[in-house]
Amino acid sequence: MGFAVPSRSDQPERPARFQLIVPTDLGQVGAAVDAVLESCTACSEVSGAMRFRLCTVVAEAVANAIAYGNRNDPSRHVMIEVDCRPDEVLIGVTDQGDGFDPAAVPDPLGPECQDATCGRGLFMIRHLTSQVVFNARGNTIWMTLPRR
Amino acid sequence: MPFPATKSADDITTVTVEGQLIVANRQDLKQVVQDALDGGARKLLLDFTPTAYIDSSGLGALVSINKKVREVGGSLRLAGLNEDLRSLFELTKLDSLFAISETAAEALAGF
Repeated sequence: MGFAVPSRSDQPERPARFQLIVPTDLGQVGAAVDAVLESCTACSEVSGAMRFRLCTVVAEAVANAIAYGNRNDPSRHVMIEVDCRPDEVLIGVTDQGDGFDPAAVPDPLGPECQDATCGRGLFMIRHLTSQVVFNARGNTIWMTLPRR
Repeated sequence: MPFPATKSADDITTVTVEGQLIVANRQDLKQVVQDALDGGARKLLLDFTPTAYIDSSGLGALVSINKKVREVGGSLRLAGLNEDLRSLFELTKLDSLFAISETAAEALAGF
């Protein structure tokens, strides 16, 4: 695993928080997903349905951060923050880009979009999580996944 | 190799998607399918039975593969989608773009 793990602050009781630094390399997305899943599993049981949602949205957000946020610049990195709570998991993904306006991302469900090969990522994240929040700059996405 | 390909006696090429289909390996799947098409395959089955998750890049790769198969007059079927993956196809309305069978056996019978 090529990730630096700058901090891990286990509490005597849950929740626990983790941070992962991911290099700007799309080839590392799968390993980043595995690392986040491993961290969450260490905190608490992860159900099958939650595992699917977690893996999908982390892969999506990290790939977006690398490709669109950091523009594949290897001198930049992506930070993943994981906050394992009893009823939910919060996952933040931050890139070192200029940010974007999520409201400007078009709806990918129009008939003209069915044959599109991209543009479904943020839509999928919104539907696989209970809450999505961006920072003002638009370079951090916080995703909430209920444990149910 | 996350995308092993096999060919049946009735010339159906089955490509199995193991693990995940994401931005990091989508080109590998596209290449496996392209190699099959270049080798004359026209009936392709993508089997997702052992697939854990797919990101939007993976879905995009499937759309691209579908176009390529149609361009050469071929036929593509998907099978083995678990409940989560099936929901993802429904959510993105891609379930109406692809011929989807419950199991690989059903898909093979459908060609």
